[in-house]
Amino acid sequence: MQKLVVIGAGMASGRMLEHLFEADPDAYEVTLFNAEPRGNYNRIMLSPVLSGEKSFEEIVTHDDAWYAANKVTTRFGEAVTGIDRARKVVIGANGEVPYDKLVIATGSAPFIIPCPGHKLPGVVAYRDLEDTNAMVEASARPGAQAVVIGGGLLGLEAAAGLRLRGMEVTVLHLMGHLMERQLDEAAGYLLQKDLERRGIKVICRASTKEIRGTDRVEEVLLEDGTELPADIVVMAVGIRPAVQLGKDAGLEMGRAIVVDASLRTSDPDIYAVGECVEYQGNLFGLVAPLYDQAKVLAKSLLGQEDTFKVRQLSTKLKVTGCDLFSAGDFADGPTREDIVFRDPARGVYKRLVLEDDALVGAVFYGDTADSNWFFGLIQSGEDVSAMRDTLIFGPAYQGGAAADPLSAVAALPPEAEICGCNGVCKGTIVGAIAGGATDLGALRASTKASASCGSCTGLVEQVLSVTLGDAYAAPRAQPICTCCELTHEDVRLLIKSKELKSQPAVWQELGWKTPNGCHVCRPAVNFYLLADWPLEYQDDLQSRFVNERKHANIQKDGTFSVMPRMWGGITNPAELRAIADAAEKYKVPTVKVTGGQRIDLLGVKSEDLPYIWRDLNAAGMVSGHAYSKGLRTVKTCVGTDHCRFGTQDSTGLGIKLEKILWGSWTPHKVKLAVSGCPRNCAEATCKDVGIVCVDSGYQVGVAGAAGMDLKETERLADVASEQEAIDLTVAFIQLYRENAKYLDRPYKWVKKVGLDWVKARVVDDLAERARLVAAFELSQTVYRKDPWAEHAAEQTDRYTPIADLTLEAAE
Amino acid sequence: MNWIDIGAVEDIPLRGARLLKTHAGCIAVFRTAEAEVFAASNSCPHKGGPLADGIVHGQKVTCPLHNWVFDLNTGEAQGADTGRIAVYPVQLENGRILVDLSAAEQRSAA
Ligand SMILES: Cc1cc2nc3c(=O)[nH]c(=O)nc-3n(C[C@H](O)[C@H](O)[C@H](O)COP(=O)(O)OP(=O)(O)OC[C@H]3O[C@@H](n4cnc5c(N)ncnc54)[C@H](O)[C@@H]3O)c2cc1C
Ligand code: FES
Repeated sequence: MQKLVVIGAGMASGRMLEHLFEADPDAYEVTLFNAEPRGNYNRIMLSPVLSGEKSFEEIVTHDDAWYAANKVTTRFGEAVTGIDRARKVVIGANGEVPYDKLVIATGSAPFIIPCPGHKLPGVVAYRDLEDTNAMVEASARPGAQAVVIGGGLLGLEAAAGLRLRGMEVTVLHLMGHLMERQLDEAAGYLLQKDLERRGIKVICRASTKEIRGTDRVEEVLLEDGTELPADIVVMAVGIRPAVQLGKDAGLEMGRAIVVDASLRTSDPDIYAVGECVEYQGNLFGLVAPLYDQAKVLAKSLLGQEDTFKVRQLSTKLKVTGCDLFSAGDFADGPTREDIVFRDPARGVYKRLVLEDDALVGAVFYGDTADSNWFFGLIQSGEDVSAMRDTLIFGPAYQGGAAADPLSAVAALPPEAEICGCNGVCKGTIVGAIAGGATDLGALRASTKASASCGSCTGLVEQVLSVTLGDAYAAPRAQPICTCCELTHEDVRLLIKSKELKSQPAVWQELGWKTPNGCHVCRPAVNFYLLADWPLEYQDDLQSRFVNERKHANIQKDGTFSVMPRMWGGITNPAELRAIADAAEKYKVPTVKVTGGQRIDLLGVKSEDLPYIWRDLNAAGMVSGHAYSKGLRTVKTCVGTDHCRFGTQDSTGLGIKLEKILWGSWTPHKVKLAVSGCPRNCAEATCKDVGIVCVDSGYQVGVAGAAGMDLKETERLADVASEQEAIDLTVAFIQLYRENAKYLDRPYKWVKKVGLDWVKARVVDDLAERARLVAAFELSQTVYRKDPWAEHAAEQTDRYTPIADLTLEAAE
Repeated sequence: MNWIDIGAVEDIPLRGARLLKTHAGCIAVFRTAEAEVFAASNSCPHKGGPLADGIVHGQKVTCPLHNWVFDLNTGEAQGADTGRIAVYPVQLENGRILVDLSAAEQRSAA
């Protein structure tokens, strides 16, 4: 009988042996090596063993009786250390075995991040029973804490298992969302939400710096300084094919052991199967293709013809209650088309990717009932153009209606606040409707909902339509854009009442029809999120128009303008000299004094921006935000210091205001002025906020305009002290930040809500004024900083080409 | 086909773009999702707006000057606007971006 030696008793080789013995039990005398001290078991079921849902015995696929019946000589717990191809022997730790045919099935080894402390006891991977047992052991201590590094398939299964064992679990993930290889952002968001609901903490964009501990692991330190106490650290950051044996034996290697379609390596008597092989450039990490390989290899060993083909793969996560499915190719390549469906009420997200009238990829979250049908369509590659419009509704539904635009409102719980001004929640409104208030007017009279600023009118109307159904014909308000069915005001209110704190949360919960918005809605949503959740939400540069992203104004020829801040319009010779030097050094074609009392350098090249900023920073100047929907300038006149008419220190107040307000983002740009006397040299009476100093104090005016519209400010209040003037200004701007529609200047917003509504909050209600000032200050702890310094230090990449092929020598 | 390695996927911000300088002019390299990269002309056919500075959404980019929207797969302007930007084949391999600029070079040689 021929001698067959198999190295590695894993999922691939186990399946291969089954096929082999089934087809011809007497073809080979088999010796099976395994480094693990046990035979074949179902590795993918380690997760239920970890969580305690199964015992190890239940997942063993081949027991001693099976090896005996098939006359397999087992050498478990013995690693193979070499292959001598000349003598055709395999060298094991306990001696050699000769072979006629050899199968390498060594699988993969987990990748371990080589950060300091990675060798401490208590740092484990997630690959075999030893790892699983170490985790189970760690969880036995009451109150034990686990840190899982890696938010992919394995890491999340480990996290869920540890959590079920009662541990406090934190998952650290390097990328922006979980399972980024299988899921898009929206599905990743839903997954994170489900995991958090189970008590698992998830930190994305987390980069591990160090693992600390004396005798064993005690804590994990992140790059950003966060410290996480840990009794066990699980690294699940990827795998590498275990190919050392093949490499040492001189077999042809790629990223793994190269095989042909019959699974033969470059040596005709040596085969390889499983995760340690590379076929036509592909590596393998899931069992489905390995089972295909096993079948082909069994035939090859028996001298029969068969060829291995790479198939489309699908992924499911084995965490009970996290229903997700992804298949095919949804993130690569040109000529693609998306179909997106969201049902916020059920937490469902579905995305199909089409190419050339065929389905090529699918991502589902929350409802995977039809996933097999879709997977079938992906594998067959059939033409789906005839059912394109209803495809996303699945096989049962061919010829149906579009998604319900009201579903976001329908999904709100009764205690969700609809009208912020009067504190009216959805339940109260529904109750009033049941009591006979069946139109807007009646509802306002009975509940006061939408009776104050009016910005929630759209939502109240939606509650009416949801409650009354067809009996209510709502006047349709303009949605933000074609990506959604909601108005700006609706979105702002829902972000607050549903506590939506990320873009994917908004897209999903408010039923967006596109994967990530468009140039109309995304900048608005980005602003709403950062205005409402300054600490939780991270400003997204990619959701900003070019001027705000590059912190400079783009000119019509694609160059930029640079304008440093001059607090209150005051400068000095050193600053002027630095500006002049920069203008010369970067060959600035135009230097202009602006209407806002600043100096503007026009015509700077994109790649020069970080350098000119660095130079201006060095002279003590910061960005003038001449490009932002935020505080622009505070103009002043010279006031009591020099002017014989001046009544107060208008320059001083202007500088104070600018130092408080700079860096803040607002729905549209905000310009201020402070004049020292009613002669009004600083033109304060046509500004968003304009203060005119008088003998008795300060006249604070708001909502002026001097652009396409011309409008004098309206008097907010007259106050005696400078501090009050500052507080009123800050409170007004914060109220504007919290409530206005994106791209409405203050005068437009005040026209909608009414000056009385504004006064009631900013002037009369002292507690509300204090809250507004505090909320503004909280936000400023994040945003009162110089973007130039930050970009010049960390983001110069953004301003330079990724590569310059013109520098390369011609071939 | 002539594939040139121009950098790593991570070198481009998500939903962002970087410029690629070539003998045939500037090309914008866009990244839409974690592993989805497109290459296209950087110059808007309307008034030459720099498309690498536009907002990237779905598989589209909006020109920063007057909001023309282009599909990055086909290069076609969307909606009421008519025009097209050249698009170039891109391949991702082990996190590296490979582009094939033969089309651009032919155009500049012609
Ligand atoms: C926790 C977990 C959950 C998973 N869940 C899924 C899932 O849901 N779906 C899915 O498709 N896939 C899943 N996988 C992946 C799947 O388990 C692997 O793709 C599969 O096990 C690979 O099979 P293999 O035979 O190539 O390697 P393995 O199963 O790893 O077997 C290789 C064997 O070779 C032995 N070996 C290595 N080197 C030597 C040597 N020098 N001498 C002797 N023996 C050696 C090893 O000890 C090991 O026992 C999961 C993996 C894990 C760890
Ligand atoms: S230049 Fe692109 S839209 Fe005008």
